[in-house]
Amino acid sequence: MIETLEKILLSQGLLAAFVIVGVIMLVSDAVSRTLTRGRIHPSAIAIVIGLCLAYLGGRASGGEKGLADISYFSGVGLLGGAMLRDFAIVATAFEVDIREAGRAGLVGAASILIGVLAPFVLGAGVAHAFGYSDAVSMTTIGAGAVTYIVGPVTGAALGASSDVMALSIATGVLKAVLVMVATPALAPLIGLDNPRSAMIFGGVMGTTSGVTAGLAATDPKLVPYGALTSTFYTGVGCLLGPSALFLAVRAVTGG
Amino acid sequence: MIIQGVALLAFCTLVGAYVGDLIGILIGVKANVGGVGVAMALLIAARYALMKQGRLSEGLKGGVSFWSMMYIPIVVAMAAQQNVVAAVRGGPMVLIAGTLVVAVSFALVRVLGGRSASPGAGS
Repeated sequence: MIETLEKILLSQGLLAAFVIVGVIMLVSDAVSRTLTRGRIHPSAIAIVIGLCLAYLGGRASGGEKGLADISYFSGVGLLGGAMLRDFAIVATAFEVDIREAGRAGLVGAASILIGVLAPFVLGAGVAHAFGYSDAVSMTTIGAGAVTYIVGPVTGAALGASSDVMALSIATGVLKAVLVMVATPALAPLIGLDNPRSAMIFGGVMGTTSGVTAGLAATDPKLVPYGALTSTFYTGVGCLLGPSALFLAVRAVTGG
Repeated sequence: MIIQGVALLAFCTLVGAYVGDLIGILIGVKANVGGVGVAMALLIAARYALMKQGRLSEGLKGGVSFWSMMYIPIVVAMAAQQNVVAAVRGGPMVLIAGTLVVAVSFALVRVLGGRSASPGAGS
């Protein structure tokens, strides 16, 4: 009997993922209504539960993909993977008001540039303070503070060591996680309640997973606007990291 | 028909991914540059074109809106497969760098957003 159940969970993983996420959403909704009296959005709670499960899954399996590394839950990897994520993000654009998007065009583009430079400088500075003072390590860790994709892409291009790569990726993942969790709480403080500020938010934060999850938990209507700018962020980061930013760091450190 | 909506969405997403990869290759970057943005622009353009021709049926809209409503569950599944263990294990340097970056970025959003300058913002 158990073997039959195991076989079904393995071969029909996507359906199992629908059930798992459905249960998480149901629990989150109940927690939101009872424990927080609706003050914390159910999506935010669901995302935190997801992250906790990712931690438990990562500890149990020793893998890098959280819950998805446990074979019974591998369908979660498909449901939350890049393909369906991008598919659903694009779908949210159906309700985009192009006049709103156009109004934030220039400041949106500016926010991407500032949003890449600021975390890079901070990340590289912290790396220096912790003794990673060579240009390659500083650039790689700084790039990780941009996103967890820019970090390894930059590190691979520059030939960084594997422990520096791990630190770089970890910094990017922590950034994504913090953005996911903190956005709903900080949204009122930073004026994140309209399409224009959502586009700036997407450009400055850049981490697509953090931005879209954070906005989903704040106000789902803002998701497409944030996604519109954040989709260019990682590309800009990968472009600047191993080239202009590395040369700048090398010029400053002298080696 | 619902499948027309799903097909349109899939077509836009695929074309966007292709264009994004091509831009990446063109500028010599190992990443998809703006693929999702291109796909979104295509979908918005398709919606306006269909609306003008009066061919934006309820079924077609339903095929797209189902997936836009699946967005949050998909994000939860995405959260469940982050490498949280690595983020926690990274130690004090990762903690300081990550927290500092996010705090400064939030402050930047507020500065760039210029609260009073945005007409849509509630007071």
